[in-house]
Amino acid sequence: MGLLDYFRGQRPKGSATVAKERLQILVAHDRAERNRPTYLLNMQRDILDVIRKYVAVDMDAVSVNYEQDDDRETLEVNIVLPEPAEERA
Amino acid sequence: MARIIVITSGKGGVGKTTTAAAFSMGLALRGHKTAVIDFDVGLRNLDLIMGCERRVVYDFVNVINGEANLNQALIRDKRCDQLYVLPASQTRDKDALTKEGVGAVIEELSKTFDFVVCDSPAGIEHGAMMAMYYADDAIVVTNPEVSSVRDSDRMLGILSSKSQRAETNAEPIREFLLLTRYSPERVAHGEMLSVEDVQEILSMDLLGVVPESQAVLNASNAGTPVVLDKISPAGQAYGDMVARYLGEDVPHRFLAVEKKGFFSRLLKRG
Repeated sequence: MGLLDYFRGQRPKGSATVAKERLQILVAHDRAERNRPTYLLNMQRDILDVIRKYVAVDMDAVSVNYEQDDDRETLEVNIVLPEPAEERA
Repeated sequence: MARIIVITSGKGGVGKTTTAAAFSMGLALRGHKTAVIDFDVGLRNLDLIMGCERRVVYDFVNVINGEANLNQALIRDKRCDQLYVLPASQTRDKDALTKEGVGAVIEELSKTFDFVVCDSPAGIEHGAMMAMYYADDAIVVTNPEVSSVRDSDRMLGILSSKSQRAETNAEPIREFLLLTRYSPERVAHGEMLSVEDVQEILSMDLLGVVPESQAVLNASNAGTPVVLDKISPAGQAYGDMVARYLGEDVPHRFLAVEKKGFFSRLLKRG
């Protein structure tokens, strides 16, 4: 088989492989999004409002990650605080 | 009690109406009293594919609004007396299909029919939501192509959250994959997603694979459900798919590149 391939020359990867890889990522992402509780977006905004009362942070400073395993749900809230120099006086 | 089946896909142009026509005709040919409803209000086409467009007097919306009774609106198929078509309305009022109205029509059909097939419009707007709301089973028509596969997955999400069965915590809708416009040649060349690829991504039960076939256009030109074309691979694939839906164990066909016989190869060269 290897010899045959050699004579045929290196075949480029078929576009179907690319399609499958793209779809697998996309569908996994869509499904994760679908299973997120609907309150997440509002909660993210509220958290951001509270933080901004004390620190000047960007809109994207708070990321909320929701994961669901078989037996538990994990909510991960990640807040990026600015460098000390940028802090409010 | 009839079994309610929605033919859905999300994406347009993948073969929903072709499938609804072929599937309902296939069920009826096997002796099951079947009604097929066109939910594409404003863009009705099922009547054309079924070849009964000149016999439409009353439609689905007339029945919902009480302007006609169900028996006046149902069109009995001339080729098979077990099959009835309920055409969509050409009204532009998108909200003409109310949840209560659709429910009442399906309930009345349920009393005398074995199967009610709901041909969904494309998209995830009102008509599509109404088509799937009362379903017991869903046939998700998918092309081996990225946007169709993605839309089918979105449709699965909607079926499992927005249907009556989902809202009442009843047993979930049974979901079946029907892969259409399949080209084994292009799959062999690595240019098209294979059945296995699509099944792996969507993780659904495979009801059938319909090969890309000129017979489908010929059938729609003539207003004859393609399942009646017993010679074409597409017609046979639809026949198989109906048998499988009814619980028969039928092996999948037309998945591999057709091997050319010695003589046909000889003739082609000549």
